[in-house]
Amino acid sequence: MSESMAPPKRAFAPVQWMRDNLFNTWYNILLTVVVVYMIGTSIGPLLNWLFLDATFTGADPKDCVGDGACWLFINQRLNFFMYGFYPDAQQWRVDIMFFLLAVAFVPQFIERFPARRWLGIFGMTGLPIIGYILIPGGWFGLEEVQSNKWGGLMLTLILAYVGIIGSLPLGIILALGRRSEMPVIRGFCVIFIEVWRAVPLITVLFMASVMLPLFLPEGMNFEKLLRALIGITLWQSAYMAEVIRGGLQAIPRGQYEAGSALGLGYWRKMRLIILPQALTLVIPGIVNTFIGLFMDTTLVLIIGLFDILGTVQSTITDPAWQNVAIEGYVFVAFCFWVFCFGMSRYSQNLERKLDTGHKT
Amino acid sequence: MNDNNPPLQPSRSKPWNDPRVRAIFFQVVALAAIAWSGWTLIENTLANMESRGISTGFGFLDQSAGFGIIMSLIPYDATYSYGRTFFVGLLNTLLVSAMGIVAATILGFIIGVARLSSNWLIAKLSLAYIEIIRNIPILLQIFFWYFAVLRSLPTPRQSVDVGGVFFLNNRGLYLPDPIAQPGFGWVEAALVIAIVAVVIIKRWAKKRQLATGEIFPTVKVGISILIGLPLLAYLATGGPIEWDIPALKGFNFGGGITLIPELAALWVALTLFTAAFIAEIVRSGILSVSKGQTEAARALGLHNGLTLRLVVIPQAMRVIIPPLTSQYLNLFKNSSLATAIGYPDLVSVFMGTTLNQTGQAVEVVAMTMAVYLTVSLLISFFMNLYNRAAALKER
Amino acid sequence: MKKLITLAAGTATLLGTLMASNAMAATTLEAVKNKGHLQCGVTNGLPGFSQPDEKGHWTGIDVDTCRAIAAAIFGKGDAVQFTPLTAKERFTALQSGEIDVLSRNTTWTLTRDASLGLNFTGTNYYDGQGFLIKKDIGVTDAKELNGATVCIQAGTTTELNLADYFRANDMEFKPIVFDTSEQTVQGFAAGRCDVLTSDRSQLAALRSKLADPSSAVILPNTISKEPLGPVVRQGDDQWFNIVKWVLFAQINAEELGITSENVEDMKKSDNPNIQRLLGTDGDMGEKLGLPADFGYKVIKEVGNYGEMYNRNVGPGTPLDLDRGLNALWTEGGIMYAPPMR
Repeated sequence: MSESMAPPKRAFAPVQWMRDNLFNTWYNILLTVVVVYMIGTSIGPLLNWLFLDATFTGADPKDCVGDGACWLFINQRLNFFMYGFYPDAQQWRVDIMFFLLAVAFVPQFIERFPARRWLGIFGMTGLPIIGYILIPGGWFGLEEVQSNKWGGLMLTLILAYVGIIGSLPLGIILALGRRSEMPVIRGFCVIFIEVWRAVPLITVLFMASVMLPLFLPEGMNFEKLLRALIGITLWQSAYMAEVIRGGLQAIPRGQYEAGSALGLGYWRKMRLIILPQALTLVIPGIVNTFIGLFMDTTLVLIIGLFDILGTVQSTITDPAWQNVAIEGYVFVAFCFWVFCFGMSRYSQNLERKLDTGHKT
Repeated sequence: MNDNNPPLQPSRSKPWNDPRVRAIFFQVVALAAIAWSGWTLIENTLANMESRGISTGFGFLDQSAGFGIIMSLIPYDATYSYGRTFFVGLLNTLLVSAMGIVAATILGFIIGVARLSSNWLIAKLSLAYIEIIRNIPILLQIFFWYFAVLRSLPTPRQSVDVGGVFFLNNRGLYLPDPIAQPGFGWVEAALVIAIVAVVIIKRWAKKRQLATGEIFPTVKVGISILIGLPLLAYLATGGPIEWDIPALKGFNFGGGITLIPELAALWVALTLFTAAFIAEIVRSGILSVSKGQTEAARALGLHNGLTLRLVVIPQAMRVIIPPLTSQYLNLFKNSSLATAIGYPDLVSVFMGTTLNQTGQAVEVVAMTMAVYLTVSLLISFFMNLYNRAAALKER
Repeated sequence: MKKLITLAAGTATLLGTLMASNAMAATTLEAVKNKGHLQCGVTNGLPGFSQPDEKGHWTGIDVDTCRAIAAAIFGKGDAVQFTPLTAKERFTALQSGEIDVLSRNTTWTLTRDASLGLNFTGTNYYDGQGFLIKKDIGVTDAKELNGATVCIQAGTTTELNLADYFRANDMEFKPIVFDTSEQTVQGFAAGRCDVLTSDRSQLAALRSKLADPSSAVILPNTISKEPLGPVVRQGDDQWFNIVKWVLFAQINAEELGITSENVEDMKKSDNPNIQRLLGTDGDMGEKLGLPADFGYKVIKEVGNYGEMYNRNVGPGTPLDLDRGLNALWTEGGIMYAPPMR
């Protein structure tokens, strides 16, 4: 047919959209009505509690009147939730680290940001060193701050960041080992990975806090935080190894063979050809593991470290503030949600982009 | 390339350039290093325990525990041994994990399908659920369900009372407990017969369908046999069950079955959290089935539900099972967070109280880890079996 | 290849150093002097005993016990660092040498003394286990608690005492075991249990954390003996003696009327007992491996036992506890220290 026909007459767009997407069958009509009713009745009280009736500013607990949330509590204790017992006068050091972390990793979310690759590499190599100098202090005239004074969001970030940085190289070695042709090395890596993956983090933390001191020779000791970090890193490296192994398996055989044909030895072949490709492929996987680790760091409160959930837990029982438990939990939930949701969006986008490439 | 290279000779390579020799060398070195570090660790530990006068061995398992546990699936009181506390904790861990796995699977499948619903509102609501729940730490969710919900429940004396049989208060949910009387064996026997009958009918129906194409209503008939036969036996023997109905005695309700708030909170939190992940797995599984399959099913005249049940889900299962397995493992491992709210699981009872009272950290932690390792491997093993059964059979 | 060798070499060196450090074993006193501070294990936060404020500054009777030991060694009460420990970690932390002394509200029992490789050095607080109940359940005596649900903190002798008490009186109970004292109070406040049980010194503090403290009362019954005191590792008698005698010095000082305020004047006293305690006469300090005037420094920096008690748990503090058993033996209590001679 060559002559063009007028387009079919459509109803007014929003109405049509609703008819297509909300009221297309009898059960959808029913569902829509029920859901709209539920949302309608719950959103009002929720908004009231969260914002309209809530108290945001004030001087002391008595200012929290009315039925709404007492955000004043968060406001007053924010310093504790962010830094734990870190001395006020030294908090600029933590702020610098927060800032540098943001500089290194936020651009990763923005495509075409100049030099974002280099910022990322800096975040994984240079930044830990700066942090190692800055946070504990004790040199270059910086006052020493003992690790038992660290706490709050700062400690949560340290645990997750060190866990990921430490587990990456270990994970690479384990993944390579698991794909090795030498049965002893492969067997060892398989056992190591599977054992760590099978046990819950909380037992690992218990082991690190209660048993690690028994494994070490007399007179040798780590601080509790360091022990927890060792536990978290070993545990995480097993997960990391599995993620990286996925990347290694996705590299076509031809790449390995081409590397060998060029006469490259095992390590050079891995370093120059295989790993760069494999690691790029698994960035979304690494980010997802990181999200998991970030959320799992809350478990350290069970061994008595004050992470952000730990600081909130210890203040909601303060007799001066009555019934602020829900506000506290909502605050922590919101903090975690912002971080994790952002990161998961990033990894989903990346996954979609990488998807076009290597799949066969 | 240098043209002046001497002509290639059959390589008289040095032994250390032979990859096989090198591989053996490395493995021997690795083995030696592993053995040496393992030995050092063990020696250190033994030396440390010796020099610090810490008792060793598993003798403590026979000593009487002397502390109470709120919930136990096997008989337990303070006079039982530490070894018994191990099994009490283990069974409680397995109970909450099993309950969580069943509920999370059902909820996850519903939300995963709802995520693909043609109803915009339902699809977005599922998306919001997934994105909120899975980005908040599970420990926080457990705390929330425990402390926030506990506060809103009434005290035992003001219980929510449903027909004088079910009671809900801040000590738990109380249900009547069926107690078998003599003669109940007939009912059990009837149930066994019913199960056998259903299996036979199913086989026969399938054979008939293959031969004649006639469909026998297996599901309806099966369910009515499964319910009907034991019910008949029950009535015929004069109802040999007595219900132990919970009643307020002193401070608390006595009798009946109690679902304690710790178990409920843990169960709800584990279910909701894991369901969000399962929903995403189900969604991507369903999306992995090519549209042609759905269209072909529609062309055969199958309606929506049947298409999903007979065509899409069976194929999606192949994609779903491996990640589903790791979610089950995660749920099982996350059940150890029970210790934060006082549900008496393995970590809380055995690695908590028992470890504390005996001080034998090495033995207790080793036993606990061995349990988690074993059960994780078992879950993987059974899911792999199921996966093999569901895998594409190419003929 | 090269990398592998480097890696192997690195690992070997690391393990080598691990082994090498085996050799450096000194006495605890020497180790503490080398470090320049005392490492002391305390609770994560227990009002009156060891509690950090928002700036991480610690107060409490257990904390003061640590400060007194630091004062005896270094002459300064602030030469001490605190390691907060959960109930589960406390013994291993001490066994492994992570801390030099454990002063963490710990009950002295035979099992702990004998099978954990530890030594209790004395008692800095005599406590007993009691019950906190909601007023509205209308109970006045612990014997009426049959069938009650009890909130309790994990990892303590309390769990055992509770089971023993109910068994001895042929009663039933349901224990709800929480990991920290905060969760225990939250559970009690939320109505999860009828009774909260803990050491009596703690019940008052926990009660004050409730939204409405007057809705709960402490029952008169005391169901156990809980002598709380500092703990050291076995096998270093010198260190054991030091920790033991610092506390004795504080108790003796109260008996002799020496306080942190009058200690300078007391130095001029003619009483030989006072002279020996403050180090103006005799070589009491040297026998322990401490400076001769260690008693003076302890009293000067921390005060005598009574001061320590009144400052942290006594009348006027949030815990508001009478001396009771913890009064001196001369005043009807059982605080009694061997003579310093």
